Amino acid sequence: MTAALHPLALSARGIRARLGATPVLHGVDLDIEAGRWTSIAGPNGAGKSTLLKVLAGLLAHEGVVHLHGQPLAAWPARQRAQQLAWLGQNEVAGDDLTVWDVALLGRLPHQPWLGRPSARDWAAVEDALRATQAWDWRERTLGQLSGGERQRVLLARALSVQASVLLMDEPLANLDPPHQVDWLHIVRSLVARGTTVVSVLHEISMALHADAVVVMAQGRITHQGACAHPASHRALQQVFDGRIAIHAVAGQWVALARTP
Amino acid sequence: MKQWIRQRPLALAAALALLALGLLVLGTCVGSSGLQGLEEVWHDPVAQQIVWEIRLPRSAGAWGAGALLGLAGAVAQGLFRNPLADPYLLGSAAGASLGVCVAMALLGASPLAAPWLVQLGLTGAAFLGATGAVLLTLALARGVQQTLRLLLAGVVVGVVLGAAGSLILLVQPQLMQAMQGFMLGSTALVGWGACLLMLGVWCVCMALAWALSPVLDGLSLGEGTALSLGLPVVPMRMALVLMLALATGTAVAHTGLIAFVGLAAPHLVRAMVRAGHARLVLLSSLMGGALLLGADLLARSLIAPGELPVGVLTAVLGGGYLLWLMHRQNPLAVGAKP
Repeated sequence: MTAALHPLALSARGIRARLGATPVLHGVDLDIEAGRWTSIAGPNGAGKSTLLKVLAGLLAHEGVVHLHGQPLAAWPARQRAQQLAWLGQNEVAGDDLTVWDVALLGRLPHQPWLGRPSARDWAAVEDALRATQAWDWRERTLGQLSGGERQRVLLARALSVQASVLLMDEPLANLDPPHQVDWLHIVRSLVARGTTVVSVLHEISMALHADAVVVMAQGRITHQGACAHPASHRALQQVFDGRIAIHAVAGQWVALARTP
Repeated sequence: MKQWIRQRPLALAAALALLALGLLVLGTCVGSSGLQGLEEVWHDPVAQQIVWEIRLPRSAGAWGAGALLGLAGAVAQGLFRNPLADPYLLGSAAGASLGVCVAMALLGASPLAAPWLVQLGLTGAAFLGATGAVLLTLALARGVQQTLRLLLAGVVVGVVLGAAGSLILLVQPQLMQAMQGFMLGSTALVGWGACLLMLGVWCVCMALAWALSPVLDGLSLGEGTALSLGLPVVPMRMALVLMLALATGTAVAHTGLIAFVGLAAPHLVRAMVRAGHARLVLLSSLMGGALLLGADLLARSLIAPGELPVGVLTAVLGGGYLLWLMHRQNPLAVGAKP
């Protein structure tokens, strides 16, 4: 293992995983530095979500994942859940639960079994719901929300865990542009407070707002580096078969379709 | 906001408990001769004996069986994250029918021949059949890791055991009428012993469902989310499936295959209050108890001195009310997925 500038929040070695009978990850090695935002990008079917599930300890796999230097399997479930939060993609959600109840579920790892929520739990849930601007609908049920509103509630659920490592799979799904910007601010403030954020994003322009990008294709990592580095841009253009081009526009990196 | 969310389920629980109590009292006055005044019952020693030995245990048993089915229905719908799930999903109905069928074929008698003796044997057979079928489903699904596999195994077990039962009926057609009675469900043969047993099982199952309700809450956000929250999903799902088998098996053994209570009770509760699973299981159970108790009263009184099969009434009452609710409200409000 090479020495990193920052301590490692997550490290994965020799990860192989399959979905059903199909091999999806073919020997992935990855280091995620603590207190930074890393995005995972790549074409459909590259294995991004699968890798995120492996990092979250949700999928059987070969190889080993370390969380804060300790193998994931060695963490007791509750302590691990306090340190590592995961927001899935297209997860089913109970339509009958109120927004408040959903966000409160994020506090389960911090509560004694069947214990009442503490003042800290209430505060964490309120902070999370206000951050995603879902506070006003706290009495509504998920069934009464639109796709984007629902996504903001699920995001609040993941935020309310207040974990040191937050893994998010397509967190911007269904979000309109202003709320995508809100999400960027949320991630930036989390990282400023020392939280490690890993996000799978299919929108390359959003992914390039991160500190570092992991580029994947066909179940392998082809590149890992700073988002501003030209080598990262080349790697991204390459995995998309040169069909996108990355430009600097108004101080941001923007991926544009390259028309023939 | 918090006040409203906290108090409304409590009010519903109190209302359902009061309703059950009222129906229980009313049940003491309803007999084969129609409605009797409470005062008349109170002063007539024969009527007192009838109330104590027949009407009261029967009503209490109806509440107990309904409460078990309502509880099992809420747990099944939470566990399988499916609003159409009911307590009989894992093959317990077909298993119980087969158990009763085999027992009757072996005893060579209809339950009317020697009610107490045969009922004792049939109760055990139905319970063994119901729980045995769930265990068979678990074995075929190789545990509870995959919900879909569990559901499919339940369907297969249901079909195969149902076919086996039909085969026995084909060979011994004289059992058909008695079997039909079992399939429609009846509270006629419930005694105090059965009531106590159901109450005991209800306490155990309710405590277990209450204790495991955080898992059901977590599962409603998907299995991945539940696991990421540190919930021991697999062992607790196994515990809930076994609880489901115990509750359903006990209810079915004493009252036959009562239709619709397990499916409808959780929906009726959800149409009235929003609550997490800890409250939902309790409220569904109270709702199931009140529903079956009310249906039993009607079954006894509508065509007195004759009697309707209570299962027919639960289907008509529960189904009718549910349809009315669906008609009145947005379909989402009764738990249907878009």
